[in-house]
Amino acid sequence: MKKTLAGVLAASLLLLTAACGGGSDDDSSTEATGPVELSYWTWTPNMDKVVETWNAAHPDIKVTVNKQDGGDPAVTKLLTAIKAGSGAPDIMQAEYQKIPTLVSADALADIKDEAGSLKDKFPEANWTSVTVGSDSVYAVPQDNAPLMFFYRKDVFDKLGLAAPKTWDEYAAAARKVHQADAKQYLGTFSAADAGQFAGLAQQAGASWWSVDGDTWNVNINDAATQKVAGFWGGLVQEGAISNTPQYTPEWNAALNDGSQVGWVSAVWAPGVLEGNAGKTKGKWAAAPLPQWDAATPKTGNWGGSATAVTTQSKHKKQATEFIQWLNTDPAALKLLAGTANVYPAALDSSEALATPPAFFAGQADFYTIAAEAAKQGNPFTYGPNVNVAYSAFNDTFGKAAEAKQSAQFTAALATMQQQTLDDMKNTGFKVAG
Amino acid sequence: MTTVPATEQVIAERSVATPAAGRPRRGRRAGTPYAFLAPAIVLFAAFLGAPIVYAAYLSLRKVQVKGLGLGSGARSEVWAGVENYVRSVTDAEFLPSVGRIGAYGLIVVPVMLGLALLFALLLDAGRTRVGGFARTAIFLPYAVPAVVASLLWGFLYLPRISPLNDILEGSGLGSPNLLGSSWILYAVANIAIWGGTGFNMIVLYTALKAIPQDMYEAARLDGASEVQIAWRIKIPIIAPSLVMTFVFSLIATLQVFAEPMTLRPLSNTISATWTPLMKVYRDAFIRNDIYSAAATSVIIAVATFALSFGFLKLVGSRAFRQED
Repeated sequence: MKKTLAGVLAASLLLLTAACGGGSDDDSSTEATGPVELSYWTWTPNMDKVVETWNAAHPDIKVTVNKQDGGDPAVTKLLTAIKAGSGAPDIMQAEYQKIPTLVSADALADIKDEAGSLKDKFPEANWTSVTVGSDSVYAVPQDNAPLMFFYRKDVFDKLGLAAPKTWDEYAAAARKVHQADAKQYLGTFSAADAGQFAGLAQQAGASWWSVDGDTWNVNINDAATQKVAGFWGGLVQEGAISNTPQYTPEWNAALNDGSQVGWVSAVWAPGVLEGNAGKTKGKWAAAPLPQWDAATPKTGNWGGSATAVTTQSKHKKQATEFIQWLNTDPAALKLLAGTANVYPAALDSSEALATPPAFFAGQADFYTIAAEAAKQGNPFTYGPNVNVAYSAFNDTFGKAAEAKQSAQFTAALATMQQQTLDDMKNTGFKVAG
Repeated sequence: MTTVPATEQVIAERSVATPAAGRPRRGRRAGTPYAFLAPAIVLFAAFLGAPIVYAAYLSLRKVQVKGLGLGSGARSEVWAGVENYVRSVTDAEFLPSVGRIGAYGLIVVPVMLGLALLFALLLDAGRTRVGGFARTAIFLPYAVPAVVASLLWGFLYLPRISPLNDILEGSGLGSPNLLGSSWILYAVANIAIWGGTGFNMIVLYTALKAIPQDMYEAARLDGASEVQIAWRIKIPIIAPSLVMTFVFSLIATLQVFAEPMTLRPLSNTISATWTPLMKVYRDAFIRNDIYSAAATSVIIAVATFALSFGFLKLVGSRAFRQED
């Protein structure tokens, strides 16, 4: 009974908090006298230290960091505050794929006039994300997370393999690794990580949403994504790679004990590997992502975020001034890379990234590879219901991965497309098809 | 349970004593009970009544966007009528999730209550010296929060890190993937049984303790064995408690959430709508659609209400009547 009561109470409290809205982080100071106070929601570790530097140099604009739990809870909190009419911060960290959702909820201010001129300082793929393919500018890119390929160099050397340059070579290497040792896999298809799959589709040339005038297009089930789903489904079906989700204790153990010897991941992978597979330090190497067409190398993104000004901020100008400094000033970029451990999106941040991450200490060209990859991002537009599409991905591809049937992988895309489209139509978005 | 009449008696005595000692001012006395009840009523209204009313209101609303749905003024809340309810019931994921908790309930409720009854009878038979320890040991899992229990079991289910799999493999039984599609229902049910048996056992055991010992004496003089005493005396007498534990288990089954939600990231086999309550969570916090989440919540609440009270009606409301 206790559990039932607790469940009822928790559920009603959740609804109540949803009803009452957020707290009182909102600053109610007006444009009168004294320094402008700005609140900043972010979940990046050590961001408060980066902000200290700004505050020391700008006594008239004081920024206060309000540490968040992560991307998803912060968005939920912000949407609640926007709905309630108060309680939102001035400045908000927002993952690229969440920006259309936030713009659609009227949570982000258009800063085209203040920040429109920064376009040339960032890779095209990132800029497309912060404009949602429109004329407006809703955020300034902060970090970039181009996909790369990470592999156990010792295992590759033993088998006489080189880092795969194309996906065909990747498939061949995966087969060879698994044949040599039935317990080893070059990777896994994770139905838990829609962002990773979206990045791979982006590399293949997909853009799951697009804007055409005042109409949305949804293209999840296009030829490029079909190619990617068929490729991974085929590898799962023949058993060349594993089918269990990433970011589980099981997967951590597999990385650590040498059962998983490769990982398609983004530039932030060293931090994850260091935490999850500490025993394998020094055995990994980074390489560019395998290509569909080696002549025109492309990559996608997995993660990365931008900094936005919310519509509840009373100091849009000052807030934009701060986020421009944070994401383009050489001193700030150095702090972002060195103190907050992010890989800045700004194109001229190479000097901030001189030494490779500690887990890849032996690979001097780590950031050269990353910088090359960062320039090769294909443009990709996220829609206003990424959450729906990603949740559909988890369920449909979960079933396909469990069944180990390549045909189900490609069929899953049709379900994803249908659910995403239905949701948009149901909400009233003008959408083609 | 025996303390309830005693407290009532004390209260009754006091209320009898008061008119003699206090002044006979009727108007002031009439308001007194309400003053004492006020805190409870206010808390009930604020934290249970109001949210329920608000949820029911939300279930009739929806968001409507215009065009691209970007920027200000593109989004407004409008009346939806029963649209959310229709969508909830006709959702392709809804009926399978109901079927799933049906199967889950068929596993959990009989096994959990059967074990609880068995343990309660064994402890009551008093043949064991470790009674106190056994009682605590069986009850203890109930004190472990469902999320923590699911994490613990999740680690035991994952092939690579589970000691269970080492044992199974060592004994030549192979290593089944307990989180695979053929085992997942049992894997989740196991956690609920592990966590719930102790609570139900304590309820039944307390009821057994209230039975006067002379009944057993009389039965033994008539030549009844322990099994006969259990079957013909103990179980019929504690039937009201069995009905009550059944209703609680039924409600818990309809509301199963924490266990599958915690196991979900570990496996491909648990979808976001695996149980009806998980669908509510997905709609509200992943799809940001609190309106259809509210509609599904109302449906679940009504179903829970109907099932529990329907069952009580069926067995004649014996659970909550005093044993006499």
